[in-house]
Amino acid sequence: MKWINENLYISPINTYIDPSKPVENAIITHGHADHAKPGHKNVLATKETINIMKIRYGENCAQNFQELTLNKTLKIDDIKITFYPAGHILGSVQVLAEYKGERINFTGDYKTKKDKTCENFEPVKCHTLVTEATFGLPVFQHPNEHNEIKKLLRSLELFPKRPHLVGVYALGKAQRIIGLLRQQRYDKEIFIHGALEKLCNYYVEEKIFLGKFLKTNLKDKKVYQGEIILAPPSSIKNVWSRKFEDPIICQASGWMSIKQRAKQSLVELPLIISDHADWNELTQYIKLTGAENVYVTHGREEAIVHWCKLNQINGLALSLSGREDEEDL
Amino acid sequence: MRSFSELINKLLLTSSRNRKVDVLCDYFKNAPDPDRGFTLAIITNSLEIKNIPISKIKEIVRETVDEELFALSYDYVGDLAETISLIWPNKENGNLPQISKMISILKNINKNELTRKIHSFLSIANETERWALIKLISGGLRIGVSSRLAKTALAKFGEKKLDDIEKIWHGIDPPYENLFKWLCDSGPFPEIDLKNTFNPMMLANPLEDKDFINLNCNNFVAEWKWDGIRVQIIINDTKVKIFSRTGDDISLSFPEIKTLEKNMVILDGELLVGRNHIPMNFNSLQQRLNRKKVSLKHIDDFPAFVKLYDILYLNNDDLREKNWEERRNLLENWYYKNKNEFFDLSKIINFNSWKNLTAIRKNEIIDEQHEGLMIKRKSSPYISGRPKGHWYKWKKDPKTVDAILMYAVRGHGKRSSYYSDFTFGLWDGNQLSPIGKAYFGFNDNELKILDKFVRNNTIKKYGPVREVEKTFVIEVAFDSVNSSTRHKSGVALRFPRIKRLREDKPTSEVIQLCEFKLEFL
Ligand SMILES: [Zn+2]
Repeated sequence: MKWINENLYISPINTYIDPSKPVENAIITHGHADHAKPGHKNVLATKETINIMKIRYGENCAQNFQELTLNKTLKIDDIKITFYPAGHILGSVQVLAEYKGERINFTGDYKTKKDKTCENFEPVKCHTLVTEATFGLPVFQHPNEHNEIKKLLRSLELFPKRPHLVGVYALGKAQRIIGLLRQQRYDKEIFIHGALEKLCNYYVEEKIFLGKFLKTNLKDKKVYQGEIILAPPSSIKNVWSRKFEDPIICQASGWMSIKQRAKQSLVELPLIISDHADWNELTQYIKLTGAENVYVTHGREEAIVHWCKLNQINGLALSLSGREDEEDL
Repeated sequence: MRSFSELINKLLLTSSRNRKVDVLCDYFKNAPDPDRGFTLAIITNSLEIKNIPISKIKEIVRETVDEELFALSYDYVGDLAETISLIWPNKENGNLPQISKMISILKNINKNELTRKIHSFLSIANETERWALIKLISGGLRIGVSSRLAKTALAKFGEKKLDDIEKIWHGIDPPYENLFKWLCDSGPFPEIDLKNTFNPMMLANPLEDKDFINLNCNNFVAEWKWDGIRVQIIINDTKVKIFSRTGDDISLSFPEIKTLEKNMVILDGELLVGRNHIPMNFNSLQQRLNRKKVSLKHIDDFPAFVKLYDILYLNNDDLREKNWEERRNLLENWYYKNKNEFFDLSKIINFNSWKNLTAIRKNEIIDEQHEGLMIKRKSSPYISGRPKGHWYKWKKDPKTVDAILMYAVRGHGKRSSYYSDFTFGLWDGNQLSPIGKAYFGFNDNELKILDKFVRNNTIKKYGPVREVEKTFVIEVAFDSVNSSTRHKSGVALRFPRIKRLREDKPTSEVIQLCEFKLEFL
């Protein structure tokens, strides 16, 4: 990677991908806080990612925004940049950079599973793959998400009086859970914590069907009996959750496959639903790209690097700092 | 296996005690016999499948999964059963047998078919069933359900008294069909064989400073807390049965303890090794524990005897309702009538004020023999469990040493995401020599500091073990030190725990191993 270094810096055009500090030129793969930071001078991203950044950080969170449409190539000097859908959240992309015939693909965060709340993932051939590995251990094999949602619905039948508080990340996961519930023909209103409102509204603006959702500002505790309430996991652990009587604490996250981890966070009903690729998706995609070199940005990089070695692929861990285990929040 | 695995999964994830009781009640209501009885046995650790070594399971997994990937996964997940259940890549159609059938298959499995059968079970199982299956094989569910809680659920399920269940518990066997009949009002109260049944023991609470103010010393007696193992002895027609505190029959390990007494009696005491009723240290006692076959030389070198504390039954009469003074009289009568080399009477310590007793504790404790003092209320009956306000244990003050953190491993259960098992050492010349391991004593905040230190200062990894930069000093408290041939340092600490973090202390101030031995050994 002579023209790109381990900080995801494309030197010929003085541009960083998902930089953790303010820079002059930034390409942003998607709107999650550990990828999209405020304060850059020029930002290149999809229309949706730009809108999400503005919703989260304000209209002026960067000096200039430039939109790039999916599958359209932008030429900057000798470098060609193309966005391909990453299937992670609304507006999320993989960034393909081409220079003198060499193709490097940055996955950002991604999943290959179908998702009605964002563009579906598209595979891209490349020489070098720069991939995430949030769930890069063979113990992570995410189950079918519809079956997980059915667990929630079954629990509602079993405990018709208890509010079901579901911990979800505000961007992406919340809307996906609502979407999945609607796919199961759950057509009651769904309650949401105030922190989710703006982003849910934005998804609706983008013509994603979420049905009816309501903020939880009702005083009468009885209203929430047997209802689904979505909130950021941190709110479920603080005083906010006291307005619900005898709730069942649920959490929707890929980490929930580890029972001890669910127990630690006092989750009674774990829902294993992730917006990231699991082990099989990660390794299958590496093979599919035909990449000779694989660089792992963040997550369980050791195991992916080891797997690459077993498969005669050059693997290297970049261990970028500032990347959190997103779904762990 | 499905309903069993879902039950233990639910129990693991339910934190409220009352809800756990409800979950169990529900299961007892819906599960058929003998499934519910076998499940009860597994939950209360009354039944173990010991014939399949967990190393065999690991071997089967290793044939299927790359070793390094498995090690990384295990390191991350922290629980073996979970790691295997999540990593297992093969799927087969079918249903696993019910829990009762599964137990019988596992218990009778022969070596030739072991690998094939386990492989097939793992593939047929869903992820939760796999987890439950491995827990079943490896023993120790760690789902936060004590046998007390299980009995509480039984009592609620059958609308019976918990104490009645406790009384017969050690006299009934899996799958407990007579128990469930009685609970469902379709059978009599199960009869038990008194002569062969362990009775739950009475245990002491730790003495806290505030207790002193409230207690009148005239109402109490004191005895030494001997440093052996607490036992219950049932004698009948000259036969002697010895049970550990948890109800395990350990008679076979101590065949020399005999009596000519024909009458039935149940005694409570401390098992020790030594000559002329003078105890040797705990290390010597350990030579005698967990041995199925005992050689004459062993008995010669480490002869066992019992210091008698209490009496529970005499001639089939239950004495547990009598107060301590009455029981002590009966105990002394029995002792003087049946005096022999194997039985000694625990001495009553005379004291006239708490101050006086404090001085006795300070000056008269013999390190190798006593763990501290027991303080017992004269008017107390013998109540099983750990009732409040009756017996107190007043341990001797722990010893402490400053040591350097060397290695760390992730914990289990609640702590599986924290480095919480620590190895520490002292200087041996200019090298460090590990002297022990500790995994408690610290509070949550200190654990976070330690965990962070480990993560940021790892210099080498050996599988799940991380070797750290030798810069962090911790104060370790421990009850005593024994010399040990099994440890390179030549010492073994008893009951070590991390008392304080001493990040402020330079490692050069940590003492040499030889100094430590001089001072404590
Ligand atoms: Zn993300």
